[in-house]
Amino acid sequence: MADIYQPIRNFFITLKQITVGNKWYYAWVGFLSLLVLIGVVSYIQQLNRGLILTAMRDQVSWGLYISNFTFLVGVAAAAVLLVIPAYLYNFKPIKEIVLLGEMLAITAIVMCLLFIVTDLGRPERAWHILPVVGAMNFPSSLLAWDVISLNGYLIINCIAVFYTLYRLSIGKEYKMSVIWPIVIISIPWAISIHTVTAFLYNGLSSRPFWNASILAPRFIASALCSGPALMLIIFQIVRKVSKMEISDTAIFKIAELIAYAMGVNLFLFGAEFFKEFYSGSIHLAPMKYLYFGLHGHSNLVIWMWVALIFNVTAFFLFLRPKTRENFFALNLACVLIIIGVYIEKGMGLVVPGFVPGTLGEIYEYTPTGLEKNVTIGIWAAGALFFTLFLKFALPVYTGELRFKAPENEK
Amino acid sequence: MPGRDEKNNPGFRLIDRRGFLKGAALGLMSMALPHRSDASFWEGFFQKHFREMNSEEIREVIKRLEKEYKEKYKVDFNIKTTKPLPGVLFGYGLDISRCIGCRRCVYACVKENNQSRDPQIHWITVLRFRKGEKWVSNLEEADKYYYPDRVPEEGYFYVPVQCQQCENPPCVKVCPTQATWKERDGIVVIDYNWCIGCRYCMAACPYGARRFNWGEPRIRREEINPNVHYLGNRPRYRGVVEKCTFCIQRTREGRYPACVEICPVGARKFGNLLDPKSEIRYCIEKKRVFRLKEDLNTFPKFYYFFAI
Repeated sequence: MADIYQPIRNFFITLKQITVGNKWYYAWVGFLSLLVLIGVVSYIQQLNRGLILTAMRDQVSWGLYISNFTFLVGVAAAAVLLVIPAYLYNFKPIKEIVLLGEMLAITAIVMCLLFIVTDLGRPERAWHILPVVGAMNFPSSLLAWDVISLNGYLIINCIAVFYTLYRLSIGKEYKMSVIWPIVIISIPWAISIHTVTAFLYNGLSSRPFWNASILAPRFIASALCSGPALMLIIFQIVRKVSKMEISDTAIFKIAELIAYAMGVNLFLFGAEFFKEFYSGSIHLAPMKYLYFGLHGHSNLVIWMWVALIFNVTAFFLFLRPKTRENFFALNLACVLIIIGVYIEKGMGLVVPGFVPGTLGEIYEYTPTGLEKNVTIGIWAAGALFFTLFLKFALPVYTGELRFKAPENEK
Repeated sequence: MPGRDEKNNPGFRLIDRRGFLKGAALGLMSMALPHRSDASFWEGFFQKHFREMNSEEIREVIKRLEKEYKEKYKVDFNIKTTKPLPGVLFGYGLDISRCIGCRRCVYACVKENNQSRDPQIHWITVLRFRKGEKWVSNLEEADKYYYPDRVPEEGYFYVPVQCQQCENPPCVKVCPTQATWKERDGIVVIDYNWCIGCRYCMAACPYGARRFNWGEPRIRREEINPNVHYLGNRPRYRGVVEKCTFCIQRTREGRYPACVEICPVGARKFGNLLDPKSEIRYCIEKKRVFRLKEDLNTFPKFYYFFAI
């Protein structure tokens, strides 16, 4: 007879695993919790008084929240850069860390959903977007597509991660026959989440800056830079604080792939820049606003140039084997790319869609303190989630934590 | 005390523990019990999409809403659900050569349609252009913040813009919850009880016609117009989108929209596009009309023309 207390015991083992750590662990978790608390307090204010506490207005009706959402979709999609070499090319060093990529994808999607809900005027009605119980406008609305693709991606990655962890926790290897179909679905699905998110903007003929065919390819290219760059930093921390081994070969290979992705991203950016400035039609206005300022309004100019310089610098650092295999240069390049893409695919993408507005008005959007607090809170919540997730998954992965296998699992 | 100060600096400041707990408790309470009885709250929460309700359910909803409005505004509301008239497709004409930019239409609209006074919401935007400057399709030179002592001003002309009631409305296409749709008489409406406030429609609208209730809408009791339509001028809620409905509460009963009625120079025309003898059909057939941003193929039912 199966031991009915086993699940309860397992739960307490898990609970102990994530609640017991050294002082650095407690300090980190405490710090993140404090930031989450600040975010929650700020969000409660927003719930009480409405989105009027943000700097968004009718002219610029999406801001920091949707910017972060867009960036994080890219981070989530980037797991595919690990999945492809790991499974399609059977590249061993990366195969050992693909789990971390999938866990990061789960975290990023959860953060995406938090940012979307935070941005809603009526969050309690969010269920109206669901099929059957709500009135999902599928296939007409790209936001409906996004709900499907993001949640589908979340489910796919959850299955992959929890199946792998489950097998490992009872001391077994995972079966390729189970993982393989997941891999086959997850690759196009990862591309789809970012494509659909790009189309969400792309399909609006009212906003010339977004209504450019190059948008989706640029989304994918920049996503394959920022997400893996974030992962490289996480890998180095993970192998420092745990017994998990992550080879330099894997790290350098990923760095090389980032270089190619950034090369494509910069090329596509150049193509867009040329087309807008050379033809110089009225659709140039948002681009001019971004890089040179429009009618004296130039809030984003400095940021956009910083992003461009960071991206170009990081591109060269990643491209040269000598610099990408030097950990100082590598980490510098990672930070530059994360910041660069965060600006470019965040505020640098969302705001110019609204500037100038459809009736020609220029409203300069600068997020309020409350928006920043909520944003920091969600980032901290993501980091906290990922930390606790790793605290459990890493010892399972390295074999330090084992559960008793149920009777029928032989 | 919060209030004025908080308005200027809405950002988070360090607050003491008691303040935090109070804020948290109030926040949770406002989620759970937004100033009405529990049963009413859950009825509101589970209210179905307007087009999915049968007439019995609509009657119940109207009864509940009238009660809620009465509690909130201390005014007896009459919420209608008048259906589109058969054989009617509404169209609008605006004579740019006559418009003097006085904005009487803007304020008549606010009064008729119960727009929030604070924060201020207008459905009509009057754009001012300097004569000779570019203005067709490029609206960058438009100025909507003009405050002269007298209108019309020498050397300027005016182009009022409001919802163009597109036959091919991008806002309807993108709405993820079908909270906005085009009625049979051509009016694009919103179910304020179904809108989730994602503002995708605002990004999609090429005419800047949609407005969001960023804060709690406020109207003084004596300024309320209690004769309202469910899909039109009934008071809106915080966190939902609203827009011009060609005064659905009036026009479905054969009256003119408030902006047409108030216009002191007769620049605004309105009628049934399917009726060959209507004034709007006369304008379209006899004048040289154009529509805003025709390159986007939205097919507005809002025609601009020059009569003089």
